[in-house]
Amino acid sequence: MLVEIRNLRVQFPTATGLSDAVRNVSLTLGQEKLGIVGESGSGKSLTARSILRLLPSNAILSADKLTFDTIDVLRADENALRRIRGARAGLILQDPKYSLNPVMTAGAQIAEAWRAHRGGGRKLAEQAAIDLLAQVQIRDPKHVAGSYPHELSGGMGQRVMIAMMLAPDPELLIADEPTSALDATVQAEILRLIEDLVSRRGMGLILISHDLPLVSHFCDRVAVMYAGRIVEELAAGDLLRARHPYTRGLLGCLPTLGHRQARLTVMQRDPSWLET
Amino acid sequence: MLASGFASIPLTLFGLVLVTFLIGRVMPIDPVIAIAGDHAPPDVIAAVREQLGLDKPLMVQFWIYLVNLAHGDLGRSVMTTHPVTQDIAQFFPATLELATTAIIIAIIVGVPLGVLAASRQGSRFDHVVRVVSLAGQSVPVFVLGLLCLLVFYVKLGVAPGTGQLDVAYEGMVPRVTGMLVVDSIIAGDWDSLWDALAHLAQPALVLAYFSMAYITRMTRAFMIESLSGEYIITARAKGLSATRVLWRHAFGNISVRLVTVLALAYAGLLEGAVITETVFSWPGLGLYLTVSLLNADMNAVLGATLVVGLIYLVLNLLSDVLYRLLDPRVT
Amino acid sequence: MSGVLSREWLLSETPASRRQAAWVRRYRGWLQLRANRLAMVGLVTALVMIIASLAAPLLAWQDPSAQNLAGRLAPPSFAHWFGTDELGRDIYARILYGGRVTLGMVVAVVLLVAPIGLVVGSVAGYLGGIVDRVLMRVTDVFLAFPRLVLALAFVAALKPGISSAVIAIALTAWPPYARLARADTLTVRSSDFIAAVRLTGAGSARIILRHIMPLCLSSVIVRVTLDMSGIILTAAALGFLGMGAQPPMPEWGTMIASSRAFILDQWWVPTIPGVAIFVASLAFNLLGDGMRDVLDPRQR
Repeated sequence: MLVEIRNLRVQFPTATGLSDAVRNVSLTLGQEKLGIVGESGSGKSLTARSILRLLPSNAILSADKLTFDTIDVLRADENALRRIRGARAGLILQDPKYSLNPVMTAGAQIAEAWRAHRGGGRKLAEQAAIDLLAQVQIRDPKHVAGSYPHELSGGMGQRVMIAMMLAPDPELLIADEPTSALDATVQAEILRLIEDLVSRRGMGLILISHDLPLVSHFCDRVAVMYAGRIVEELAAGDLLRARHPYTRGLLGCLPTLGHRQARLTVMQRDPSWLET
Repeated sequence: MLASGFASIPLTLFGLVLVTFLIGRVMPIDPVIAIAGDHAPPDVIAAVREQLGLDKPLMVQFWIYLVNLAHGDLGRSVMTTHPVTQDIAQFFPATLELATTAIIIAIIVGVPLGVLAASRQGSRFDHVVRVVSLAGQSVPVFVLGLLCLLVFYVKLGVAPGTGQLDVAYEGMVPRVTGMLVVDSIIAGDWDSLWDALAHLAQPALVLAYFSMAYITRMTRAFMIESLSGEYIITARAKGLSATRVLWRHAFGNISVRLVTVLALAYAGLLEGAVITETVFSWPGLGLYLTVSLLNADMNAVLGATLVVGLIYLVLNLLSDVLYRLLDPRVT
Repeated sequence: MSGVLSREWLLSETPASRRQAAWVRRYRGWLQLRANRLAMVGLVTALVMIIASLAAPLLAWQDPSAQNLAGRLAPPSFAHWFGTDELGRDIYARILYGGRVTLGMVVAVVLLVAPIGLVVGSVAGYLGGIVDRVLMRVTDVFLAFPRLVLALAFVAALKPGISSAVIAIALTAWPPYARLARADTLTVRSSDFIAAVRLTGAGSARIILRHIMPLCLSSVIVRVTLDMSGIILTAAALGFLGMGAQPPMPEWGTMIASSRAFILDQWWVPTIPGVAIFVASLAFNLLGDGMRDVLDPRQR
């Protein structure tokens, strides 16, 4: 078991007391691909980032169990967490325009990730960076390595992110909406790339998205989140047989090419979903 | 983009010159009387007036002023009887010495304080830093200077009094750059050097506190903004040490803007120098300016104002240029 | 239905009218400011100083210009809370009346500078083109001088005194406001609602006055509060250099200048006005900082 979470709770202080952003979330992950789906504000990013304890400084984290490969993440000190971050688990964020350091070249950022965990001299790391860029299917890796993030397209930027996070050869990859900021044509390419790399390296994957069909296509299991809790968890193949009304509502909202619709369906939210 | 910045200099310069000229002609004190005296006979007054060129129409006067400027002639100081340009060349190095020392101290202390305060935002250390720098921006420089003299010179006796050098050392070091510290190093005169440094310490520290307050606040503000960026999460997710994330990533992103702020801070020191030199009798451009003011020596006042304005303009421009050059995002 | 201006009404998440929404926003801003302890210290201090200056005749029982050469340079006592200065005048009274002078100068400057800067900036920003360029050139010229130096030169040209000092400081203080207003104007100039108002046939003057200037107000207010401390310092510096208020008028900077020689043995005479300047300046700085956090967080 790579990741074990039991009754995770993330709270934020507000003007009117503590507010629950994530509530009673439990899940486990092995060497498989898990997708977490939900709308904005459902708590999916926070859940995933809790694994690495990369939450905002005012967040209050608590759980019955929060382990990464039997290491107690909840009680681990900063040094122990640093040994997990990067080396054993990587995080890809949504928009490379913001998630890449604007004043460092792509190659330098990748090389930094390499050297932080694999050691070695600068030359070696620079060469490794170029190799990694080739692995993420960038055609002119040397040129891209010397480029700054603002000179790269969205797709290239995400490839740089992937290369950077895979440099230390981690066991788990958390991809937080990796394609939401990209064009539709590039989205599929990036996801296929991630899937390919993850499978070849035998890694675990947590894919966070608001796109239900996308997640069901690329993942083995899917967890559906709403208002900070997991409302349903099922195998990707069983998605059409989902039972929770929210999941069914999500599926029902999806327009399809084959099926004629006069009006788009609007989700009816049931306040009872907020209680579990 | 750069071109338009450069193109505006001549216009702003012209405006500068025009403003100083107009100020000079607005003065109520009749310079003729100031030179010729109250009881001079009318033909002497007329002669002086003609000599000063004040009998000609305003436009012609301005043209003469411009022509003189082009030749580097700022007129003659009534007070010292030297050409103003010579006076300025005499006094400016001392201000340069003072301001440069102050900014170096301010940067060495202020920048790390700002970075650390931002990294511990909300902590007691942060609050202390904020209050100390706010205090630095609120304290009148002359009060601080006077208090320093009182405490360190009079009461504790650890620092020397006003001026650049003790009377005993005056004239011992040949003037090369006009900056005593540099000149005494060049001359190898260690006693003079020690005395010069001792005298430099107080005014430089007072000015430095003033400047440091601004630098610390700006650094802290920039760092807080930088630390909220997504690339910081990425850097932490890579498992980098907190120090590396703070300096290589967060600080690395603000260093360009900070350089421009530092250039502006240096320019701001010119203002502070005016008052500090008055308090510590430091023989720099600021002191020259205030003494000329008290003596209604308009040529000197305007000349000094023009020079200060020019330096200020150059520093502002430099800060702009540096920004465009250093930021990889600006082509 | 909860009463108007009651706490419930002010904290409502669903305001019923535009007026209520405006009040909700103001109240929340006030709550945010109140939570900032340092800003509150600044606000209270500033208010105390302003009230004390206004009530100077009531609070000072001695005449600030009454000289008593026999009792000069006396240390603080019951009769003279802050002691007496070099001409035997009560320092406490002079501080209070001096507050009127200093704060009065500052208010005068602000009343001159903010409207002028606002108008120049929003006109330049909205009309653009040659008007913008000319106005910005003028702004640049004034910005090219360090504030104190230019003020000194102006005061020297006019006669040294309070009004010259006020005009001189105002002439050097207005450019940043114009810049701010112009920047804000440029941000909103191309927005849809301005286009909508133009479509209804509104002329430029009306658009600038009723729609654009109100939007520039919050940055201007923040800047004014922050600037207050700088203006206080400049006014005091001018007084110290003999270019501002002239003796025997009680102005804090002037008081320090005339008693400078006595710093050795009668240190309180120049120091107490210095502390007054510091406290006033610090109070406005703290307040301005807090207001900026509330009104214009991105400007930090």
